Amino acid sequence: CFRDSPPAVSFLGILPFPPRGPRSRRLGFEEARWRALGQKLCPSPPSIPFLSSIHTDAGEGARLASLQGGPAMGSMTIGAKYKTTVKDPGTPGVLRMVRKNEDKFTFTPNDPRSAMKLNVDFRGIKGHKFNKVDGSKRAPPLLNLFKDSEKGGGYIFEFDNVANRDLCRDFVARVLGKHQGSVPSRSNVPPENLGASNGPEQLSAEEVDRRMKLLREDSELQKLHKKFVLGNILQESEFWATRKNLLDDEANKASKQKPGFKSAMLADVRPSADGRTNKITFNLTTEIIHQIFAEKPAVHRAFLDFVPKKMSEKDFWTKYCRAEYLLRTKNTVAAAAEAAEDEELAVFLKNDDILAKEAKFKIKRVDPTLDMEADVGDDYIHLPDHGILRDGSKETVDNDSELARRTLSQDLNRHAAVVLEGRASDVELIDAKTVAEALVRSKKEPSSTSSADDANRERLVKVARMTEIEDLQAPRSLPYAPLCIKDPRDYFDSQQANALGSFGGNNDGRKVRNCRLSTDDVFHHLRDQISSIKINKLDDPVVKSDMSLKVLNELNEGISRSRRLNLKNPQESLLGRLPQHTRDELMDHWTAIQELLRHFWSSYPITNVVLYNKVCLHHLFLYTFASLGSIQVQRVKDAMTQIYHKLQTVKESAQPDVRHEISQLVKPMTQALDAAFNHDLEQQQKSSKVGSKFNGF
Amino acid sequence: MTSSHSKLYSDDVSLVVVVVDTNPFFWAEAALPFANFFEHLVHFVNSILLLNHLNRVVVIAAGVSSCAYIFDSSDATAPGGAGVAATFDKTKHKVKEFIDQDALATKGNSSVDSNNAASLLSGALSLALCYIQRIFRSGTRHPQPRILCLQGSRDGPEQYVAVMNSIFSAQRSMVPIDSCIVGTQDSAFLQQASYITGGVYLKPQELNGLFEYLAAVFATDLHSRTFLRLPKTLGVDFRASCFCHKKTIDMGYVCSVCLSIFCKNQKKCSTCGSEFSRVMPDLNSMPDQSK
Repeated sequence: CFRDSPPAVSFLGILPFPPRGPRSRRLGFEEARWRALGQKLCPSPPSIPFLSSIHTDAGEGARLASLQGGPAMGSMTIGAKYKTTVKDPGTPGVLRMVRKNEDKFTFTPNDPRSAMKLNVDFRGIKGHKFNKVDGSKRAPPLLNLFKDSEKGGGYIFEFDNVANRDLCRDFVARVLGKHQGSVPSRSNVPPENLGASNGPEQLSAEEVDRRMKLLREDSELQKLHKKFVLGNILQESEFWATRKNLLDDEANKASKQKPGFKSAMLADVRPSADGRTNKITFNLTTEIIHQIFAEKPAVHRAFLDFVPKKMSEKDFWTKYCRAEYLLRTKNTVAAAAEAAEDEELAVFLKNDDILAKEAKFKIKRVDPTLDMEADVGDDYIHLPDHGILRDGSKETVDNDSELARRTLSQDLNRHAAVVLEGRASDVELIDAKTVAEALVRSKKEPSSTSSADDANRERLVKVARMTEIEDLQAPRSLPYAPLCIKDPRDYFDSQQANALGSFGGNNDGRKVRNCRLSTDDVFHHLRDQISSIKINKLDDPVVKSDMSLKVLNELNEGISRSRRLNLKNPQESLLGRLPQHTRDELMDHWTAIQELLRHFWSSYPITNVVLYNKVCLHHLFLYTFASLGSIQVQRVKDAMTQIYHKLQTVKESAQPDVRHEISQLVKPMTQALDAAFNHDLEQQQKSSKVGSKFNGF
Repeated sequence: MTSSHSKLYSDDVSLVVVVVDTNPFFWAEAALPFANFFEHLVHFVNSILLLNHLNRVVVIAAGVSSCAYIFDSSDATAPGGAGVAATFDKTKHKVKEFIDQDALATKGNSSVDSNNAASLLSGALSLALCYIQRIFRSGTRHPQPRILCLQGSRDGPEQYVAVMNSIFSAQRSMVPIDSCIVGTQDSAFLQQASYITGGVYLKPQELNGLFEYLAAVFATDLHSRTFLRLPKTLGVDFRASCFCHKKTIDMGYVCSVCLSIFCKNQKKCSTCGSEFSRVMPDLNSMPDQSK
């Protein structure tokens, strides 16, 4: 009659022959796998080792099933049952997954006579599936490792509890992720292996989400990420270490706006009728239930009262739907009859008394300075004789009948009022029970203010007007003084001139002349000069006319030259004259170089401090540490040499007419790389000197 | 950068604070004699005062060991010819007094190296900024201030921190610092100052026409500068000097707390006192160790 809202992920055993389910179930698996990587679907327990059931059979299979180690575990041993099909009762045994030199898993049955031994390499496993386990369905937790999604052929393991299964599942996910590089994605989402990549970094699901969102939005960042992280030059943590501010901004941007109710009247559920079997079906999703509770407080109260004490949830909703159906049809007689029979049904058929009370309250609280005449008669929401009744009839009806006659305008007004009130909480709508409870919690607040006196109320109103509207405020990111580069072109063009070695025009060869006189002499000289200043000398023209003309010309020329060199017009600039692909290539190289250099320079002090620290007991440890540090640097250096060579080829392959410009642009890049290589060489020479001291060890 | 007119000034009334470098070590060897230079300066000051009757000029002399106010146009007594002569005399007298004082102070100060003596730019800038602050607090209608530095001697790297602090406070008060280099070398401090505060930096080629340079480039008030195209430097020397030895460096160590710059690796930051602990290895980034 009705189904739960999000399609439940149900497990279909993959058998040695192709699955015969409809397509939609297949997608459910992908979704499940995808969610497994994000660790959203089944909350996995913290990875603390615990003892699983002990199999006391003799033989090779007898082992304490235990979990070893934390996230960077090399192997996992756990008790499980191996099944060839879902229906198979399963062979109990021990499942052991190893991740050392070769990744494989073995299954050893408890019964040494059984032939169900397995020793499978993870390379052959293409994927894994698992089923969702919840209280209502009695299904054992299953994990399926399949070879090929088309043909099937896999291994099904049943576990004693969900926790075990989840741990195995995570382990398998990591192994598979490592093997396949990046998990093949059906959708266009950039690097999915963020969650499954190597490294013991524990990332929360939101962190992973944020990173991917950033990568999706910024294609430059994505390119860099692809080049370096997936090319195994840099690690994830290093890459994101410098971009913390971006991630934090993302987090702050997470909208504080609460989505409100839809303006469509979902509470007005329409059944679908099945002409053949005389059945009508109501579809109730959690969203609809939420709206129903919000709009009809009497139903909400009934739900809290009746469920689960008097009737189950399913029964409740059945009755509600029946009541709706009766109201919708013009069958007042039948409605009255049923109401007389069934108490609970009658609840739904009556007028909503909670609403009526609320409306009366509101009328009483109208500001008397605004409307002196407000009274009960203005409660047009609940008065009869207004509007068109839902079933289209217009005649008034006696008020004795307890059955509710709802008018369209009443329903619309109520819905509008609820929408404007907004959603009070952000509770995830999992099922009707939580929704009901959440609403109860949120409704507690208004009742307290209804008892406030007039003065208080006015004050509150004023305060409400003055408070900030959170939604409309800009996100509060970390307080920092903003960098103020007024004209970036100014700055960067001037740096270019710096690099080219020219400084503010031609030097006219004025040399610094060091003062050879003593202090006293010097001061004397100055004093003499001052005395020689005579007032009548001021009458002469202070600057001769030809001199002044010269100055003016020079100033003008200087200004126009600086304009030319600063190149306000972007088309004429250095970059603009190059063909598009060269320009893009150079820009790519430049961003890559910057990234690499950043990592290069940041890793240097490790080797420095370590190498120079001679007073210690752990020479060997430090020495190995120095070499570890240099492994990181080595990766970066290799990448840098690659780019260096690429730059050379770019220069050489350039067209002769733009060759000069290209070499000008490439020069700062090569200079930066050269400085880095030189520094590295120095360090290596120093380390080799120090290293020779350790040779004795 | 135009000053945002958040304070109520009249548009083109300006207050020019001229910082004059009176380093005798420089002037003894300068191509342009000090007497001529002073004449150019006097003409320039007069022309500024003529541009608008509300304009004000203050002249500060920066010596080797001290600085002082030399001239303040708001002290002027009687207008007219006689007044001019009297003012001029008074100024000359003040300069002489200042030089004598400076000589005394320099004699007593043994750290002054005759070959490399730098003038006290930082002190002069601080005096200028204090004067300008007083003007800001004098009421709602006051002139737009700016600072003009006539610098001849080289920068003293030991003044780096103080000069940078005054530059930043000028930036905050939105006071542009113009610079005119009458010496032989470019001054990194003044280049940075003019760049950051939005002033004009100029190194004239012909010192005999100094007045022409001053009148053409530096006499305009801030409001008119938005319509004029003034000389721009092509390059700014952004090198810093290290806090420990005062050498100019372009690669060094920076304290992450106070951003002070050192040329050598140090255990403790001398400015803010924070300790630099030994760099701890990042354990998580070590490869998986097999069990």
